[in-house]
Amino acid sequence: MPRRIVTGIQSVGHRVIDSIWRLGYASRFFLLTLIKSGTSLRRFTLVIRELYFTGVQSLIIILVSGLFVGMVLGLQGFETLQRYGAESAVGTMVALSLLRELGPVVSALLFASRAGSAITAEIGLMKATEQLAAMEMMAVDPIARVVAPRFWAGVISMPLLAGLFSAIGIYGGYLVAVVLIGVDEGSFWSQMQSAVDFRYDVVNGIIKTCVFGVAVTAIAVFEGYDAAPTAEGVSGATTRTVVTSSLAILGLDFILTSFMFRGMG
Amino acid sequence: MEDASESLIEIQGLNFSYGQRPILKGIDMTMGRGKVIAIMGGSGSGKTTLLRLIGGAVRPTSGYVKVAGQVVHKLKRDELFRMRRKMSMLFQFGALFTDLSVFDNVAFQMREHTDLPESMIRDLVLMKLQAVGLRGAHELMPNQLSGGMARRVALARSIALDPLLIMYDEPFTGLDPISLTVIGNLIRRLTDALGMTSIVVTHDVQESLKIVDYVYFIANGVIAAHGTPDEVRRSVAPFVHQFVHGEEDGPVSFHYPARPYAQDLKLEGSFA
Amino acid sequence: MQRATMDLWVGLFVMAGIGALLVLALKVGNLGTYSANDSYQVTGNFENIGGLKVRAPVKSAGVVVGRVTDIQFSTETYDALVIMNIDTRYKFPKDTFASILTSGLIGEQYIGLAAGGDEATLKDGDTIMKTNSALVLEEMIGKFLFNKASEGGSNENSGKN
Repeated sequence: MPRRIVTGIQSVGHRVIDSIWRLGYASRFFLLTLIKSGTSLRRFTLVIRELYFTGVQSLIIILVSGLFVGMVLGLQGFETLQRYGAESAVGTMVALSLLRELGPVVSALLFASRAGSAITAEIGLMKATEQLAAMEMMAVDPIARVVAPRFWAGVISMPLLAGLFSAIGIYGGYLVAVVLIGVDEGSFWSQMQSAVDFRYDVVNGIIKTCVFGVAVTAIAVFEGYDAAPTAEGVSGATTRTVVTSSLAILGLDFILTSFMFRGMG
Repeated sequence: MEDASESLIEIQGLNFSYGQRPILKGIDMTMGRGKVIAIMGGSGSGKTTLLRLIGGAVRPTSGYVKVAGQVVHKLKRDELFRMRRKMSMLFQFGALFTDLSVFDNVAFQMREHTDLPESMIRDLVLMKLQAVGLRGAHELMPNQLSGGMARRVALARSIALDPLLIMYDEPFTGLDPISLTVIGNLIRRLTDALGMTSIVVTHDVQESLKIVDYVYFIANGVIAAHGTPDEVRRSVAPFVHQFVHGEEDGPVSFHYPARPYAQDLKLEGSFA
Repeated sequence: MQRATMDLWVGLFVMAGIGALLVLALKVGNLGTYSANDSYQVTGNFENIGGLKVRAPVKSAGVVVGRVTDIQFSTETYDALVIMNIDTRYKFPKDTFASILTSGLIGEQYIGLAAGGDEATLKDGDTIMKTNSALVLEEMIGKFLFNKASEGGSNENSGKN
């Protein structure tokens, strides 16, 4: 039926235009957040409060997951490397996987579902209960007072959380490989140290987490601010935060990795 | 009516539409200082939009709103923000900041807009809370308050900086009869005590007629009637009569405009 | 007060996070044993570099003394040009021997420097004359099979002298 095809094409076109429009709006919102960050940086207690909610409250999940991911890496690494008689390289494997990929990516994914969704839900609820409108009427800019502190708290938390994730993950790998299985402790650390490069592995990992932190929190605050002021609106926005930021993390990770580790092992 | 110097708000030929849909069509109003003015009308008649226009949250399609001599929609953003410090708005369900305690809610504007020392803020906040009878509740969080208490806290918050104007968006919705009277009397008392102007948007006729000085009825985007409470009660205008007495049918019909019933039910041999 | 406990937790969190990053930098990343700014650059021509990668370590007597910073291909000699940065603390004679070695059977490849006896030392921009190419497993196996088939011989993969 040609008419059905036409309406089909039309709806696809509408969706494309709609998402481009939204992307533009999101970018403008992101810029506004940066421009209006002065207040939250001057009154740093605002950011500290949000650091508690985004950073401290994400600690448990980050530490526990990091430990387990490291332990699994230690176990699997040992199993695989043992076949080639290279089990002393297990430290290298654990450290490189965590520093380059798993630390930044997994902690960012956890951060998106723990803190990102909470940020969206909170801002969305503030909008639904007219708190943002009330603030606006009190001549207080909600972007400066509500959005910017949450954004900066997220951007600050992310590298710290990822650092903790990787550090405890390496310890988890050590626990399994050295303490439980009995790989030589000296070669575990020394092989790791000779293979890990500060600038390429550690710094690149930190750069990744900073980018992820900006992406996740920017998406979270935007979705919350843009949420329809109803119960379904807020829950939909929360879901979108987790989905969009997870996809953004994985996509950005690919782009960043291809830039950072091009032509290397 | 009073002359212009006495009036705080002056609205002339105000039109507003969402896209193609007109919401307000040629509103003229004057509101004097120190008065409680009610704006009444059915749901969706554009009452809340009118408040948003006064607060500068939306721009009129034509016409203007003047507050204290300034045309609201011509103000720049920082001028608008400066003007908003002199006005407050009480939202339908209070819109208290859920992450702040009652005390911090009332102190919010003082901390944002003034450099007062914390000890003075404390005194002021307790005074404002005393005015609404909730000084003892200053440590509670908003989720520990009943609907009526939350609205009183919101009222205390809205008078924090002694505004010239407070706008109330449906302050009586969802309250029990006691809280209703309490809020109504507080609006009257605070208006008189602080010498400010109150605009109450409501459809609670009986409660508001007890406390207001003047009433505007809005229907279909125009002012259908206006007058003092006594005039309104005695009014024989069909719309006002229907509204004040809450009758089901009248100028505002029970039925949404539709095709003839018989045609919709295909009782006659009509072709769709 | 409530605010104070919150501040305390945030303080602990930030300290722990920075601590973790420091551990990663110092203990895992081994920061300080090698940095790029106090190093000199030398080049080595290799007939075959095998699987050598940029950033591979340069070791002497098992100690990391530098890193490979760039690998190029020369169309004049059809050789690989390996550029490495060596820590200025370590001086090597001009006739130092560079070979591409493998740590373990399947470990990463690195450049091993064996010091010669020359009085003059390598300086920034110098070229190492004596190099030994990587052992390529396929070639080794091919050679081994070939030798097995004909007669016994050396399986040495001769380098460029």
